[in-house]
Amino acid sequence: MFAYYLDLAVRSLKRNPVLTALMVLAIGLGIGASMTMITVLHVMSGDPLPGRSAKLFVPMLDPRTPDHAQAARAGARDTPDAFTFVDAMNLLREHRADAQAAMSSGSAAVTPADAGQHPFFANGQYVTADFFQMFGAPFDAGTGWTNAQDDARARVVVLNAGLARKLFGDASAVGKLVRLDNTEFRVIGVLRDWHPQPAFYAQHGARVFGGADQFFMPLQTAMELQLSFRGHFSCWGDGAESRTSDQCTWLQFWVELDNPVQVFAYGRYLDNYWRDQQAHGRFPRKDAPPHLFGLMAWLAHEHIIPDSLSMQMWLAVGFLAVCMLSVVALLLAKFLRRSGEISVRRAMGARRRDVFVQFGIESALIGTLGGLLGLAIAQFGLWSIRQRPDGYAHLAQMDVPMLFGTMLLAIAASVLAGLLPAWRACLVPPALQLKTQ
Amino acid sequence: MTEFKPILASLGRHKLIASLLALLVALTCAIVCNVAFMIQRQDALTSLPSGVAEDQLVLVESANLDRTANQLVRHDTDLAALRMIPGVESAAAVDALPFNGDNWTSSVQTSPDAQAYQLASLFNGTRGELGTLGLKLVAGRDFRADEYIPLDAGRGNEGIRHVATAIITKALAERLFPGQNPLGKSIYPYDNPIRVVGVVEHLLRPGVDAGADNDNSILFPMSPDTNSVTYLLRTAPGERARVMRQAADTLYRLDPDRVVRDPQTFVQLRADYFQREREMIGLLVASVIGLMFVTALGITGLANFWVLQRTRSIGIRRAVGARRADILRYFQTENFLIVTVGVVLGVLLAVGLNLLLMAHYPLPRLPLWYLPVGALALWVLGQLAILAPALRASRVPPVVATRSV
Repeated sequence: MFAYYLDLAVRSLKRNPVLTALMVLAIGLGIGASMTMITVLHVMSGDPLPGRSAKLFVPMLDPRTPDHAQAARAGARDTPDAFTFVDAMNLLREHRADAQAAMSSGSAAVTPADAGQHPFFANGQYVTADFFQMFGAPFDAGTGWTNAQDDARARVVVLNAGLARKLFGDASAVGKLVRLDNTEFRVIGVLRDWHPQPAFYAQHGARVFGGADQFFMPLQTAMELQLSFRGHFSCWGDGAESRTSDQCTWLQFWVELDNPVQVFAYGRYLDNYWRDQQAHGRFPRKDAPPHLFGLMAWLAHEHIIPDSLSMQMWLAVGFLAVCMLSVVALLLAKFLRRSGEISVRRAMGARRRDVFVQFGIESALIGTLGGLLGLAIAQFGLWSIRQRPDGYAHLAQMDVPMLFGTMLLAIAASVLAGLLPAWRACLVPPALQLKTQ
Repeated sequence: MTEFKPILASLGRHKLIASLLALLVALTCAIVCNVAFMIQRQDALTSLPSGVAEDQLVLVESANLDRTANQLVRHDTDLAALRMIPGVESAAAVDALPFNGDNWTSSVQTSPDAQAYQLASLFNGTRGELGTLGLKLVAGRDFRADEYIPLDAGRGNEGIRHVATAIITKALAERLFPGQNPLGKSIYPYDNPIRVVGVVEHLLRPGVDAGADNDNSILFPMSPDTNSVTYLLRTAPGERARVMRQAADTLYRLDPDRVVRDPQTFVQLRADYFQREREMIGLLVASVIGLMFVTALGITGLANFWVLQRTRSIGIRRAVGARRADILRYFQTENFLIVTVGVVLGVLLAVGLNLLLMAHYPLPRLPLWYLPVGALALWVLGQLAILAPALRASRVPPVVATRSV
């Protein structure tokens, strides 16, 4: 029966090619637009460190004065998104988590060994020793540094594969010297092109998707050399605006906590730290106790996905709704015009269910065609998004689940759109329609 | 009014299709009103006046690698060489520019213990910054040569605690000193008073945001003494390309051990800054067109169906004396009625959608005048979409009435 209905559907669609084309176009446009945006959001909200992310946490303390917090809220930042150097160092020293690291983004001028080439800027991360092990950064060669080297402000650097290749070609970079901002650093490790998307560990900003950090060096070394830091540096009060002040936030701080017991214990520890510091006159905001964010919760809290993108997705979904409504109207018109044919079939013994299935198949056929068109439009949409200058642009690729999702959405939408018209069609009584013939 | 009656009676027999159409119009109206508002906001953002002579500026970022050198001397040497490039009218070293993203924001009060404050961006530059940028002074004067001090970046921009004078934008002056003459008044970014000596018409902050005080800017006579600085060159529009090329060469010739970032024109800086907004506008406009198109498709499709279904009744009406214009008007009025119902519903939906968006995104309230404009757009769209089927209906000959099918 299915083959017969399919044949009927094809005949019916061929009978009115313009109308069919318009319906397929409407579904295709709606599906294409929404699948483009859904795919973009899907790839952007992925887990940057699968398998590890559940153990990574961001403690957040609010050391600001109520005044400053209010001023910042006017700028749409209710909680601070960074640590002061003092708190970061305290938490590092007390060492209550399985691993902990403080970090900040920066950039340094790299002087190539070849004297004929001009120096160039590279983006990197100033971090403390636990960083590599905590985030499971894969080493191609060498290792990271130790806590002792952190304290000694050692001139050591870990390069990402891209910069190592650019500077030293295929030769091993470990043990070589590299000039960063006119200071010689010894390369002690090379990462295997590590760039989690998004770069969850950094301060959120324009660079959180896209470009990888090209080098990693000890935080206190970078501070001693006064290298350039990037990101928000937010101060309050009357103290000096220096990196070491306890009235300036700018560092990211991450901890690894392997099980719920430790998460609970670390929460307690933070509370105690907060109260203890309050006894010393810090943390004047009594209404802002410490908070411990999981990795994914932190990304959501930081609005890592631009608002404009999720708005575009809802717009696309709204567009799909309008397209579907339009297709419902067109299908209704198309099916009811065939009342005569329906009543003949009904008079010859077709049950309501048969008529319903017949028209359902016709709608599903339109949906499949529309879905195929939508798939093509979505591929075009994703291609055009890949041309955008944003860091997330290169992520805009459709994976297999999204591919199936698109077709499923298209067929589901069109069957849904066909339900009402098919139901109306199967209500056509046999006799009455025959009389008017 | 009398002609509405038969239409309403006929619509009563097609409740389902009529309400589908009204729903379609309502949904489109709601989305289009909100999207039009978003387009307007993005457009307002991208067309903000920066206050600077945009088409005459070239900028070059340079970073010396020798941090032990006296950076002020290095910058002066660089500037002297840059001014020698033919076509360069003036040059200055600055630490912030509209659209360059390097934003030093501070709260500013009118007395050290005032509760009220404004958030403003601080701009520092060498002598001649005002003239090179081409800022329009609307009151007061430019800085005097003896007012310049170093920024003292190495010690947390300590210069801000010693600087004596400032030039502020008109917008900031109006917010800090409403209804008063700001000249001679003191502002307090920190605890020390800084006297306002001039007011410029506009100077956009280094980063702008829809709905923010984008023109809250303060200029200080402080020379940047960081190793990395932006050189600003003023030149005739036609000379920009050549000046850019020569600027990079000049800087490298003076000292090859530095990083010169791609020189660019201010026009390019602005275009890059707003690329995302421009794409967003394109996308939003495309979606409005798409929505309108699909809605028109639905209306036309259904109208065609109705015309075919009613061919006999049209014939009968024609046979009993209705003119072609009457038939045309019948379909137009019918469409008008349906679209009106949809528009009324759509206006309510638009407001609801706006409230929903406001709850989840930093968006302001939809100005009410968007609603009648959106409604008008859909009425026009409805009439255009119905025209072809309605004309076809009006051409149905009276003789149809006598045929059986």
